[in-house]
Amino acid sequence: MPNPDQTWTPLLGRLSLDAIPLHEPILVATFAVVALGGVALLAALTYFRVWGYLWKEWFTSVDHKKIGVMYMVLGLVMFLRGFADALMMRMQQAVAFNGNDGFLPAHHYDQVFTAHGVIMIFFVAMPFVTGLMNFVVPLQIGARDVSFPFLNNFSFWMTASGAVLVMASLFVGEFAQTGWLAYPPLSSLAYSPGVGVDYYIWALQIAGVGTTLSGINLIATIIKLRAPGMTMMRMPVFTWTALCTNVLIVASFPVLTAVLALLSLGRYVGTNFFTNDFGGSPMMYVNLIWIWGHPEVYILILPLFGVYSEITSTFSSKRLFGYTSMVYATVVITVLSYVVWLHHFFTMGSGASVNSFFGITTMVISIPTGAKMFNWLFTMYRGRIRFELPMMWTVAFMLTFVIGGMTGVMLAVPPADFVLHNSLFLIAHFHNVIIGGVVFGVFAAINYWWPKAFGFKLEPFWGKVSFWCWVPGFWLAFAPLYVMGLMGVTRRMRVFDDPSLQPYFIVAACGAGLIACGIGAMLVQFGVSIMRREQLRDETGDPWGGRTLEWATSSPPPEYNFAFTPQVHDLDAWEDMKRNAVARPVEGFRAIHMPKSTGAGVILAGIATVFGFAMIWHIWWLAIAGFVTLLLTALAHTFNYHRSYHIPAEAVARTEAERTRQLALVEGV
Amino acid sequence: MRNANLTAHYYDLDEHDHPEGGSTLLGFWLYLMSDCLIFAMLFAAYGVLGGNYAAGPGPRDLFELPLVALNTAMLLFSSMTYGFAMIEMQRGRVGGVQGWLVATALFGAAFLSIELYEFSHLIADGATPQRSAFLSSFFTLVGTHGLHVTFGLVWLGTLLVQLAQHGLTEANKRRLLCLSMFWHFLDVIWIGVFTFVYLMGILR
Repeated sequence: MPNPDQTWTPLLGRLSLDAIPLHEPILVATFAVVALGGVALLAALTYFRVWGYLWKEWFTSVDHKKIGVMYMVLGLVMFLRGFADALMMRMQQAVAFNGNDGFLPAHHYDQVFTAHGVIMIFFVAMPFVTGLMNFVVPLQIGARDVSFPFLNNFSFWMTASGAVLVMASLFVGEFAQTGWLAYPPLSSLAYSPGVGVDYYIWALQIAGVGTTLSGINLIATIIKLRAPGMTMMRMPVFTWTALCTNVLIVASFPVLTAVLALLSLGRYVGTNFFTNDFGGSPMMYVNLIWIWGHPEVYILILPLFGVYSEITSTFSSKRLFGYTSMVYATVVITVLSYVVWLHHFFTMGSGASVNSFFGITTMVISIPTGAKMFNWLFTMYRGRIRFELPMMWTVAFMLTFVIGGMTGVMLAVPPADFVLHNSLFLIAHFHNVIIGGVVFGVFAAINYWWPKAFGFKLEPFWGKVSFWCWVPGFWLAFAPLYVMGLMGVTRRMRVFDDPSLQPYFIVAACGAGLIACGIGAMLVQFGVSIMRREQLRDETGDPWGGRTLEWATSSPPPEYNFAFTPQVHDLDAWEDMKRNAVARPVEGFRAIHMPKSTGAGVILAGIATVFGFAMIWHIWWLAIAGFVTLLLTALAHTFNYHRSYHIPAEAVARTEAERTRQLALVEGV
Repeated sequence: MRNANLTAHYYDLDEHDHPEGGSTLLGFWLYLMSDCLIFAMLFAAYGVLGGNYAAGPGPRDLFELPLVALNTAMLLFSSMTYGFAMIEMQRGRVGGVQGWLVATALFGAAFLSIELYEFSHLIADGATPQRSAFLSSFFTLVGTHGLHVTFGLVWLGTLLVQLAQHGLTEANKRRLLCLSMFWHFLDVIWIGVFTFVYLMGILR
């Protein structure tokens, strides 16, 4: 840990050799593994000469499908990091009894639980949902790309830049020890003098720029680029949930930006927004950050509600039950998510009437959510259900999420919350809805859309192994937390005095171990599927009997998605086309206007990373240089007026002829 | 078998290039609304903390309404001249656009100079952002608006160069429209600042 009274030098700011945590064996070992792995990866990439390919085809690509895949990869990598933190916490709490201090010193343990929360929300769940929306939405609405393709690439790299800063904090300096929302006064300079909170602030600010811009981008895409005939009430449900999610992003992430800016002003300039003296109010921070934080919860879950809707109707081979009510329920949740934030701190002392208001609004949200649950059940009712992996995850979600929702309603009762506040019951509740809702949904979505992205299905055996480790593993890990929470055990504890709690923590640790097996099996599933891709290949582009437009094109889709834009006459447009046996156009192709790749996004985000790093370490000359370079590079980019090109008609004809041949082979069999 | 008669019904076979930038104005509106929320938070912070002087100076001791009125006039004039620039754009006269943009930039710079003058006076009098929560929120709100105007000026300068290079192309017209929205948006925010911070501050 850097010494709080560290010296500052003009050249390196607060940075010195002390910042490298050489005296922490866990970190040194981790660093060795990461460094060796990293060097091996870089060497392999160089040896196989894939740098040029990666740069040209992926990093600089403005293709929404590739950017979507890159978001998913980022989410997966960060998921492994966030889960490693979770395992460490579970192991620590399973052994830290009877005077045993465990293996994590306090300042390290506090960083671990902070990093776990920050990473899982901002750099796992957010990239996953953004990646899914990026990949699926343009295909579902019959568009060729998003409204602002360059901005899309830039948004991704800004998110990646934030992730890089969080990862850097592991080996250079420290991360925040404040909990994932960094409440002042603990997060103020007086109580957190190190670089941890600064890492937190700049990682989130830089990633937040990407998130907000990507939200704007997707709203504009959904409003402006829908295929002809796709009225709002003919949009696929996933697109609807994506629209509501992005409205929430644009209407809530600026709040986070503002409140973090106020926090950093306190740390860098000495303002008094959240101080206890000079008229500041720490509770204002708590209010402001939850005004972002509660909509954020729905930003995470709404797209997955969309995923479950698509999967339930596809795998029940039926139109979704209650499409209209599903849309209205989504919109109602979107609106209500702004009037419940205070339930995160009923114990603040706002008084009975304020608490009652927020308790009731919170309970009201469970009504549209319940309506959705019934819609899914009624869709399955008398459907011809195929229990393939996406459907299995969906059923697991329904069973798990309902429990999480009910414990949420319990917490919404202010008097009950006074007892359960800050306890392990709360921890169990939000993991119940986030793992049971968001994580299961992401796995369902990966299994569902993987064949669309890569042209071959995921292998089911290892997928099922993963499923059967994950679902019981989740309950094993979190049921004990519910029990202990009801008994009054508080969250974020490093050691315990009461030895009777230890069995519960050991069970929870076993659950985490089972989840680790589930994650391992999933990685094996990916590996096995890639190796056996020829057997698993899907030539039809529609492996599940899909209903929406993304299944109307080949897998993987060509760069331009659709040679001719589809015209929509019904909800479930592709199902409508299949029912009427519409012939695919095979001639008369035209040149297609597409955006050009550009390296500007990578470069700008790279400079932003340097700028953030310099601000964290108070290296002022580098911060100024970084900021000026950032501004000049962005301005220089605006002088580039040639951002698009045409795919010639002959190239389109060639690609489509290949697809015709493929389809003929499949249909001939 | 496949029904070829329906193909034209289900696919747009006679598709033409979509004009570039069809979503730009909507996208920029959305950005402005997100920016508006940042200001909303700063207004909220001022609303909550604006009365917490911590035994330091309050608005009545600090604000000089005539100076602020002059400042406001500068910004409003700059919005007017930007409006004239847009009229010239509709008429397709590059020179007129450039002239009015320069006038806008001058008024914008005057606004910023007066604001900096006011800030320097406050700081010299010991009314620094660190003095009280009221001053923290005052400097942050007004300063954030000032930073926006500064970026607007940088953008305006860039557009002047691009106008000189390419004239009134579709892309440049679109950029002028976006900057126009940005500039008027800052005007609206300033009206809020003028009323909420300065006028109501004097009444406090």
